[in-house]
Amino acid sequence: MAMIEIRNINKHYGSFQVFKGMSLDVEEHQVVCLIGPSGCGKSTLLRTMNGLEPIHSGEICINGDRITGPGVDVNKLRQSVGIVFQSYNLFPHMTVMENVMLAPMKVLGQSKGEAEETAHRLLKRIRLDHKATEYPDRLSGGQQQRVAIARALAMDPSILLLDEITSALDPELVAEVLNIVRELASDGMTMLLATHEMGFAREVASKVCFLCDGVVHEEGPPKQIFGAPIKERTQVFLKNIVEAGRL
Amino acid sequence: MSMEQDVSVGGQLPVDRKSSRKFAGTGRPSARVGAALSALLFAAAVTVATWWTLRAVRQAFQANLGGSSALDIILLLVAALGLALFVPAVRSLLASNKTKKHLAENSLIEARIASVSAKDQANHTFGYGFVVIVALLFANFILANDLAVGMTFFYFPLMFESFWLILKAFWVNVYIFVIAEVLVLVWGLVVAIARLLPGDAAKPIRTIATVYTDVFRGMPAIISIYLVGFGIPLTGIPILKDFSPEFYAILALTLTYGAYVAEVYRSGIESIHWSQVAGSRSLGFSHFQTLRYVVVPQAVRRIIPPLLNDFIGLQKDTALVNVIGSLDSFNQAKIVASNNFNLSAVTTVAFLFILITIPQARFVDKLIERDHRRTRAG
Ligand SMILES: Nc1ncnc2c1ncn2[C@@H]1O[C@H](COP(=O)(O)OP(=O)(O)O)[C@@H](O)[C@H]1O
Ligand SMILES: [Mg+2]
Repeated sequence: MAMIEIRNINKHYGSFQVFKGMSLDVEEHQVVCLIGPSGCGKSTLLRTMNGLEPIHSGEICINGDRITGPGVDVNKLRQSVGIVFQSYNLFPHMTVMENVMLAPMKVLGQSKGEAEETAHRLLKRIRLDHKATEYPDRLSGGQQQRVAIARALAMDPSILLLDEITSALDPELVAEVLNIVRELASDGMTMLLATHEMGFAREVASKVCFLCDGVVHEEGPPKQIFGAPIKERTQVFLKNIVEAGRL
Repeated sequence: MSMEQDVSVGGQLPVDRKSSRKFAGTGRPSARVGAALSALLFAAAVTVATWWTLRAVRQAFQANLGGSSALDIILLLVAALGLALFVPAVRSLLASNKTKKHLAENSLIEARIASVSAKDQANHTFGYGFVVIVALLFANFILANDLAVGMTFFYFPLMFESFWLILKAFWVNVYIFVIAEVLVLVWGLVVAIARLLPGDAAKPIRTIATVYTDVFRGMPAIISIYLVGFGIPLTGIPILKDFSPEFYAILALTLTYGAYVAEVYRSGIESIHWSQVAGSRSLGFSHFQTLRYVVVPQAVRRIIPPLLNDFIGLQKDTALVNVIGSLDSFNQAKIVASNNFNLSAVTTVAFLFILITIPQARFVDKLIERDHRRTRAG
């Protein structure tokens, strides 16, 4: 049984249907990259898995436990499923350190000392321990995004969702963020990432899923998807990416 | 491969882009003779009007209160100060002459600088002159009808005589608004949070909070004070019916301004970008924890200026409590006024209110300015 099972989910915004019976399995320690044209529902899928968006039918299970539908304690779910957004969403009125410490203290009930220790360890890991007392607006985009990752990691999640975390960054700042993700992948963190960094997806993904028309249109190991895609829509999408010089 | 293609496309473009328009230069500056002369004439006219008014002031004082050499010295000083208007006017004329000279020498850049200065100084003359004219109009209004206006509104002997009485009664206004402000801060937040409760189950609560704000924002404060202040004692409800008029005033003002302040809180909370809520909820914070740790701390800074504006409104509306017979400063002043057939004591009340609101208004301006600077910098 897969760690994450997405089974036949449907969701619509008004008359617009985002998911039309989408299904997807993710094994533990896998890194799954979601690719696809803008508006195909990558962000919505990640937000759904974090309980930020409801679905209308179908189900999502993690470790056999259904996380969609009525009665699910989303606050509890979010403690073990972390998400990082394209726009970082750091708390601007708190220092880097406080950003990382707040949730462990207030949600998990850790002591200040405990939270501080974790925060220092994580800041060291993202190589920003010297910025601990700075406010987010004093950091570069890449640094802010690394803090956002640390903030999610501070909850010690078993799954990490990354939603186009490098899309808002200047090109020279992308690498420093991807390096962190690369390290997390080699540590065995189960991750789902929506991304336009095809080179990176090719390198770290266990599996690449091409989302289109409300379903996973084609999936497979990166070598197959990027090297020899079978479906025509996938081929067209990748051809456009190549022509834009992004692969 | 794509890069090279781009370059070749770009290479073909300039042929079509060549402009046939020649750079036309930026023109010769005007000497501003007209502006400078108008400024000079204007300064002269205003000076004549000032002297004429000051003479009338002197006569009025002599007729009503007796003249004194101190008054004459003050009036002379004011007249001399009025001459300051000639400073920018003369400067404008000098700059205008300088412009002409530079134009004759064909040194365009110097001419432009002098021309701008001539225009600037002329505008200064007009600007300050306008202020003097407003002051003159006001002075003449007060002098009108043999100083009748001045005696009615600004009769100093009566103002001094009644000052302590009015100031003591003003304490009632201060007492009412200080307590009402504290209550409003709490009550407004309660209502705002009720309006923002999430989920279907909370819909009745949201509705009732909305109805409350609609009713009390729509109802004039004076009506709310009247209804509460006269109505509750009439109902004969035990305990509630026996309070002082000030108590009912505080209650009515809290109800009215609670509705305004609830809206201030609500718009402040809603002005925090939803991505902050998403960031917080995604970490497992509940709705209330998100408000408590993430949204409200960020909203407070934006809430303070409109909140202070509402408080200024509340402070002024304490003057309405006279409709239920509370002996506040306005009511006290009205008594003094009707005993003396003179409104000067009411003017004192007006001054007292203005005096306490001005620092707050400036403070609000400062906060807003600071916030603008911060957002511009960010
Ligand atoms: N809150 C919303 N209301 C209405 N439509 C939405 C909303 N959020 C997303 N959508 C629509 O759902 C589709 C999927 O959006 P999204 O998941 O953000 O796509 P992606 O991340 O793949 O670019 C888009 O067409 C978008 O317009
Ligand atoms: Mg997206």
